Amino acid sequence: MEGAGPNAPAVRTENVCRHFQMGEALVRAVDGISIDIHAGEFVALLGASGSGKSSLLNLVAGLDRPSAGTVIVQGHNLAALSREQLAKYRLHTVGMVFQSFNLIPSMTLLENVELPMRFAEVDRRERAALARHSLERVGLSGRLAHRPTELSGGEQQRASLARALINRPKLLLADEPTGNLDSRTGAEIMDLIRSFNQSLGMTVLMVTHELALAEKHAGRLVYLRDGKLVDDVRNQPVPNHDLSNQYLPNSDLPSTASPNSDRPKVSAVSSDPPGEKQ
Amino acid sequence: MKSYDVIDLAVRNLRESLFRNSLTTIGISVGVASLVAMLSLGIGLQQLASRRLQKSGLFDTVVATSRRDLGNFREQRENGPPRAESPALDEPARQKIEQLPGVIEADPDIRFVTEVRFDDQPHLTMVAGVPLSVKHNDAFEGMQGGFFSSEAAPEVILQKAFAEELLGKTPSRGADNTSIADLAKPLLGKEVTMRYAERSAPASPNGSSNNGANSGANSGANSGAYSVVPRQQVLKIVGVTDLDPESMRGAARARVFLPLKLAQDLHVMQSSDLRDNSFGAAPTYSSLSVRVANPNQVPAVEEAIKRMGFGAFSIVDATRSMSQFFAVLDVFLGIFGSLALAVASIGIVNTLVMAILERRREIGIMKAVGASDADVRGLFFAEAGAMGLAGGAGGVALGWTIGRLINFGTNIYLQRQHFPPAQIWFVPLWLVLGAIAFSIVVSLLSGLYPAARAARLDPVQALRYE
Repeated sequence: MEGAGPNAPAVRTENVCRHFQMGEALVRAVDGISIDIHAGEFVALLGASGSGKSSLLNLVAGLDRPSAGTVIVQGHNLAALSREQLAKYRLHTVGMVFQSFNLIPSMTLLENVELPMRFAEVDRRERAALARHSLERVGLSGRLAHRPTELSGGEQQRASLARALINRPKLLLADEPTGNLDSRTGAEIMDLIRSFNQSLGMTVLMVTHELALAEKHAGRLVYLRDGKLVDDVRNQPVPNHDLSNQYLPNSDLPSTASPNSDRPKVSAVSSDPPGEKQ
Repeated sequence: MKSYDVIDLAVRNLRESLFRNSLTTIGISVGVASLVAMLSLGIGLQQLASRRLQKSGLFDTVVATSRRDLGNFREQRENGPPRAESPALDEPARQKIEQLPGVIEADPDIRFVTEVRFDDQPHLTMVAGVPLSVKHNDAFEGMQGGFFSSEAAPEVILQKAFAEELLGKTPSRGADNTSIADLAKPLLGKEVTMRYAERSAPASPNGSSNNGANSGANSGANSGAYSVVPRQQVLKIVGVTDLDPESMRGAARARVFLPLKLAQDLHVMQSSDLRDNSFGAAPTYSSLSVRVANPNQVPAVEEAIKRMGFGAFSIVDATRSMSQFFAVLDVFLGIFGSLALAVASIGIVNTLVMAILERRREIGIMKAVGASDADVRGLFFAEAGAMGLAGGAGGVALGWTIGRLINFGTNIYLQRQHFPPAQIWFVPLWLVLGAIAFSIVVSLLSGLYPAARAARLDPVQALRYE
């Protein structure tokens, strides 16, 4: 365990690089990014396509290994972990949500949500109850036996969220979670993610190219361009709105209800990524 | 991941691509079926041959002979004491041999050439005493009529050629179309009269000896003297058998068979009686047929009899050669059968590699949500194993059916050729379990490469796969 002190960041990257050899050319997808994310933060990674957002997210998710530098999550230096340890890290420490939902089409929603618990060797009866409960939380109690193809995009993404959270991870990583959804459904998903961040104190690192959504929900906006970090600004997210209530019947998730009209002016960062700071 | 989860997911995955996986499983089934069919035929043939030989009484029989008989001198030089010093093969010796471990019975071989009259016509033939136990030999298989009613019943069984002779038919050689049922019909229940020379002890003063010179020369308690008295015995024909008189079976070359006990009680003069005249009064046997419980015990019994100073002979070496032949046959049949399974194993590799390509994204998802390399590998292994198990079980059933059909077809052919039906196919439990286990092992080996490939899949690449 490295940097696991009480005030240590939940995620720390130190000069992390991810380079790919594409024929003759060397693609620097992530090129020396250093960033600290503290527990409970909601961080949005912004940038144009190919800026390295998803590559950085994959490094933090333990799906990929850095070419150089270090990624330390909850005290684990991911570069030093074996394949087996990395799988355990993905199982217990992080939960992932993808743009294309990535539910297994041959399984019902309940089975999809149960899947990580199978790998965690949770008892069969216990995991069925937990998966049901988790799907109820995201408002899918009536869809347990449905297959993903029978559901709308929003429902699939909610099921994906239920799956990501089933093993109670410390860190939720979301890669364009609203990219395949219409704006209303996207807003619902963001509300859910935000509610988990606020109610469970879960650290959220979200890749998005939708600045408006990021500004509405994230407490911090990190801009990338060509694999480099170009800006890192604090943001005042919109507090107390009530969109998520309909999906959160459980008392363990506190209500975030508040009139939308109370929304303060968001930080003055333009929707275009800012130029590299000198 | 727990084993039941691995199996559950594997079965689910197999069900998802049911058609393709079924084809692969059928491929394995055909492979296993050819293996099972080949081996079951090999085993069946071996059992048929063993059963035939066992029933013939050749392979569980040791023939014990007195070494006093004329034999080859080489044997005398190499084995044991001189002939003259070797013990007599008499009743105490027979009983002693019968006590040897593994021995069921030791019956004296009683055979003699004598005259049998039927319809007042004399017929000279070899007569042999046979124990009741030969009833279960195939020597008397297909016999018309019945076996002896008791061990000393005044009954005879006639050999087919002799029955033909009694009826005045010309014994045919080569293709023999005379049915023994036709021969038996006029003979069964009829009587024949056997005239024979009885070896009679002279102890009784009223003994009806007509051989004065013999009895006079050897009077006294231990002189070994006896008289030879002409006698006759009426015997009822109870059966007609098509046993080949030229065959190597127990009472070979005889054409008339009596119950052994009756043959003993009649005290018919034997060739050994003349030989043993100078050695003692008690009659001796020229040879004994020693029946052993298990053919495996034949060498031990043979050795024990030799140690007692008698000659012993069995054709156990022939059994050994036969076992060797069938072992080689089984190996060849097994190899041919396995070829189909080897082809099927390529099908498994192909199916699983296809499954990896198809489920690349799914593997990526599983890895993203926490599956380890071992979980993914285990899953593909389980799928291969499940296909092996299903293919193995299906293959055993198919092989069993094929074997049965071959057996059925063969029996129709045998019936047309007027042969008795035969079981040429046998599927022992070890073959059933072994074939399924073999199928699983082959499938797992086939799954090695695909499973390793799936486990090493890069999750980022896999998740990008559409």
